[in-house]
Amino acid sequence: MATGTEPHTDTGVRGATRAAIATRTLRTDRWWLAPAATAGGLLAFIVYSTWRAFSNSDYYAAPYVSPFYSPCLAENCVPMKGGPNWEIFGSWWGLSPALLILIFPLGFRLTCYYYRKAYYRGFWASPPACAVAEPHAKYTGETRFPLILQNMHRYFFYAALPVAGILTYDTVLAFRDENYAWGHMGLGTLVFLVNIVLIWAYTLSCHSCRHIIGGRLRHFSKHPVRYRLWGFVGKLNERHMLLAWTSLISVALADFYVYLLASGAFADPRFF
Amino acid sequence: MTELERQQWDVVVVGAGGAGLRAAIEAREAGARTAVICKSLFGKAHTVMAEGGIAASMGNVNSHDNWQVHFRDTMRGGKFLNQWRMAELHAQEAPDRVWELETWGALFDRTKDGKISQRNFGGHEYPRLAHVGDRTGLELIRTLQQKIVSLQQEDEREVGDPEARLKVFQECTVTRVLKDGDRVSGAFCYERESGRFFVLEAPAVVLATGGIGKSFKVTSNSWEYTGDGHALALLAGAPLLNMEFVQFHPTGMVWPPSVKGILVTESVRGDGGVLRNSEGKRFMFDYVPDVFKEKYAETEEEGDRWYEDPDNNRRPPELLPRDEVARAINAEVKAGRGSPHGGVFLDVSTRMPAEVIKRRLPSMYHQFKELADVDITAEAMEVGPTCHYVMGGIAVESDTAATIGVPGLYAAGEVAGGMHGSNRLGGNSLSDLLVFGRRAGLHAAEYAAGLAGARPAVDEEQIDAAAAEALRPFSAEGPEPDAPPENPYTLHQELQQTMNDLVGIIRRESEMAQALKKLADLRVRARRAGVEGHRQFNPGWHLALDLRNMLLVSECIARSALERTESRGGHTREDCPAMEREWRRINLLCRLTDRAMSFGPVEPGAPAADPVRGQIDLARKTTEPIRHDLLSLFEKEELVKYLAEEELYE
Amino acid sequence: MSTYDARFRVWRGDQDGGDLEDFTVEVHDGEVVLDIIHRLQATQAGDLAVRWNCKAGKCGSCSAEINGRPRLMCMTRMSVFDRAETITVTPLRAFPVVRDLVTDVSFNYAKAREVPSFVPPPGVAAGEYRMQQIDVDRSQEFRKCIECFLCQDTCHVVRDHEENKTAFAGPRFLMRVAELDMHPLDAAAESGLDRRRTAQEEHGLGYCNITKCCTEVCPEGIHITDNALIPLKERAVDRKYDPLVWLGSRIRRRDERTT
Repeated sequence: MATGTEPHTDTGVRGATRAAIATRTLRTDRWWLAPAATAGGLLAFIVYSTWRAFSNSDYYAAPYVSPFYSPCLAENCVPMKGGPNWEIFGSWWGLSPALLILIFPLGFRLTCYYYRKAYYRGFWASPPACAVAEPHAKYTGETRFPLILQNMHRYFFYAALPVAGILTYDTVLAFRDENYAWGHMGLGTLVFLVNIVLIWAYTLSCHSCRHIIGGRLRHFSKHPVRYRLWGFVGKLNERHMLLAWTSLISVALADFYVYLLASGAFADPRFF
Repeated sequence: MTELERQQWDVVVVGAGGAGLRAAIEAREAGARTAVICKSLFGKAHTVMAEGGIAASMGNVNSHDNWQVHFRDTMRGGKFLNQWRMAELHAQEAPDRVWELETWGALFDRTKDGKISQRNFGGHEYPRLAHVGDRTGLELIRTLQQKIVSLQQEDEREVGDPEARLKVFQECTVTRVLKDGDRVSGAFCYERESGRFFVLEAPAVVLATGGIGKSFKVTSNSWEYTGDGHALALLAGAPLLNMEFVQFHPTGMVWPPSVKGILVTESVRGDGGVLRNSEGKRFMFDYVPDVFKEKYAETEEEGDRWYEDPDNNRRPPELLPRDEVARAINAEVKAGRGSPHGGVFLDVSTRMPAEVIKRRLPSMYHQFKELADVDITAEAMEVGPTCHYVMGGIAVESDTAATIGVPGLYAAGEVAGGMHGSNRLGGNSLSDLLVFGRRAGLHAAEYAAGLAGARPAVDEEQIDAAAAEALRPFSAEGPEPDAPPENPYTLHQELQQTMNDLVGIIRRESEMAQALKKLADLRVRARRAGVEGHRQFNPGWHLALDLRNMLLVSECIARSALERTESRGGHTREDCPAMEREWRRINLLCRLTDRAMSFGPVEPGAPAADPVRGQIDLARKTTEPIRHDLLSLFEKEELVKYLAEEELYE
Repeated sequence: MSTYDARFRVWRGDQDGGDLEDFTVEVHDGEVVLDIIHRLQATQAGDLAVRWNCKAGKCGSCSAEINGRPRLMCMTRMSVFDRAETITVTPLRAFPVVRDLVTDVSFNYAKAREVPSFVPPPGVAAGEYRMQQIDVDRSQEFRKCIECFLCQDTCHVVRDHEENKTAFAGPRFLMRVAELDMHPLDAAAESGLDRRRTAQEEHGLGYCNITKCCTEVCPEGIHITDNALIPLKERAVDRKYDPLVWLGSRIRRRDERTT
């Protein structure tokens, strides 16, 4: 963790040519708080999502499907009327169907420029915080395998688009009641709505998206529409960190809500 | 004989601001092996502080603009005291110098049709200042710096050494220009980091050291502005011109005390900011002098309309030349209508939406927010005059930037005099740096090339004397055998207070006489300025050495100001308030007195300098008449305000 | 106007060693850390070495670390500290120390020289340059840089790993590459120089792990990571890892990105 081992004594800020100062940092604020909180938050999500992804149960409570299990691509999926059941994978798939789909959002978030910062700081202490010496003797960053694969972020972005599309579809389906009649709304619908807005906002605020939409252009003036879209994505992008966290929480909450309904612990309050 | 490193160069440029770098680029491109030497790190020169823009009559925003109009504005701003040939060259060449920057990578703000945008500024008839937000000086320095890097990259490709033909000696100071007879033979320098002495042998030296503001207490200038180039020229035998003209920028910050003097850009007014006194009155309408009456709005309504429709309205008087505005603010404060911290109010918050302010004046927003905790989009700034620029400087030939009487010595930029007359217009400084920096570099390179094998030799005795002079602060003694030596910081503070109080924005004969006495006293004490520690990056020592320069320059200012019994531009005499047409033709030249000329340190215990006579001799020189075709650019009615009868009919 | 005594600890020394030295020094209303350092010079430590210049946050000379954080001394107001707090001032810790608060920043100048300069468009005369404001906005943001080198100082790639200094240009100069690559008229590509490829292959873009400390310390508020480094990474991906883009540019025989 962040406050772990002391840095090596003969390199970096303690190198022979640098000002002779023994401590790894002279920061007087609680600099360890941010990486610790980040690590804690990410760990909590990992534990929760691992449990839910492997549990292979309680992911559907009509009309709601847990975002962890959508689309559901194996034969062993719970049937969901009008829902995202596509048995692309046949009966041979015996594990939780969540695992088939979760790799895409997982890969998207794992290679995301914000999450990279978060876990490099929080888990790898590289660096733990600004101007706090890191504990590693060597550092090559993203120059070689495996971290050079971070450059694949845009492919995960491409993949995240249909996933977000399907979650949108799920949200539309949430305007039904438990008998699949249209034109109804419950608390779950609201949870799904908030979640899908945050998912889209997070997805579109992606740095790769910003690049593809317009960032790669040299002359904005020749592409006025893309320039405006770039500006819009740029505005979202400024809040990428915020969206990364809120969408992470909202997706977990949406899943948890479905879990509560499916396991019978709670009944969906219906609005109309 | 002093053992030290010597290097041979063709041209040595002292100073790495806009003028110095432009000179170096030109000299190098003309084939001269060029060394640049500067007190700060490369790219930190005071030019970065310039905010408003570069004046050049490109006519991108108003197509009526041309060099003749620019020339007229410059002459008017300088109250016709300008070295007119310089003003002419400046107005003619400025656009090319700006466009050239674009080919080196500069990115100015743009007009709708993709040209360089130009903004209004005090004293300029049309929008004329090429700018980048309010950080134009930074853009200028960075562009020149990057051009130098690109030349070095070229050299690396061609000869394997990036510094073969153009080298920057950063954090080094020149203390003496060395001479062989009349001619320049090199420069004596020390490295600030190590304190090591070295000599750059070169037949041509370009002085581009900027100004003298650090002799004043309230100043917008950085520590580097200790008048080094002025003093080097004096000591090398070249005269200074019209040193009494010191520009007090009307709008410097007045609070908190630690930032007092820091500049508030004129663009604030150019973009719509207005000055108000404590009664809320836009007082500038009361201060439009007769010579400018027809050019400025008489009502607030007309002034306000001008921002939108400049062709049919006259500009607001907030945009009068700087000397007028500075005096007006001074008068308001004296009359008891000042702001709580002794300035007046400069307000944009009621004139523009917050968004526009942040976009157009980002560094001002930043500066007030960070340094004074004032949000300029919500409240008015408090501002007052601050010592900003010296119009006087080393006397130079207009076309070549060569100094008078010292072959091989050139000067460009703020350190050179003449171009701006008695008052400089905003924006004319950056263009001055480029136009005359280039000329100085070019002619220095030509001069060096013309000498071929017959280069001036460096005199060993001068090196020994310069080394001894530079080391003296380490062995300084107090007035009595056991008394401690003088603290250079204390001396500096006293000098600044003296100049600020006695030779400041409004001057009186008695006060200036008093200042000269005080300066004589400080000179004596400065000989005893001592420092502790060693030569490695020792700021006390550096200051002790700079004191010599500041004292020389301060004396020039005080002596010239005492001599000129009129008020004109950056020189205001309470006892002689009128601008005298007779004085227009008179230049005041400062030279070192013979006695002080003697190279080297004054022996310990040598008699104090004569306080009345001091180190400076003053001479009057009548200027050349303005060329007829240039005079004919003006209306007769205007000329009679400035020129004596006989000049009009010559 | 109120005055109080503050406790300061200032690192003094050189390459051979040094230590934090304690001072008690007067502080007045509205002062910044640099004022206090100057007061120390004038009253207690005449030879205290410090670099400074404009004292208005425009030149980027007075970079140091204040309570362990890279800052400009002239832009750090004393009022942000508690009066009882001891304020520690040290030189930048990523560069070799020269003396007291002054460090050897030549690394940065060496790196500046490694970035190929602006390539003027052939056939366009001076005065004929036409650029739209929206096309220069991005590079203009990067040109706000005052070269205080705080980003270079805080970047752990070189701060914590001296050996990376040869391979890594640092945020400031990667941003310079981005600035030139986004310059609407830069003709590097036409001259055979691929700035995107060299960003990764020669200037060490891959070392950056976008932990954003450069952005945090930038006194000019430049979004170094979001607007320069990440876009540059994406541009490098275009060149090196994106078969779609590669294929697209082949088929259309026209490089969309340089229009």
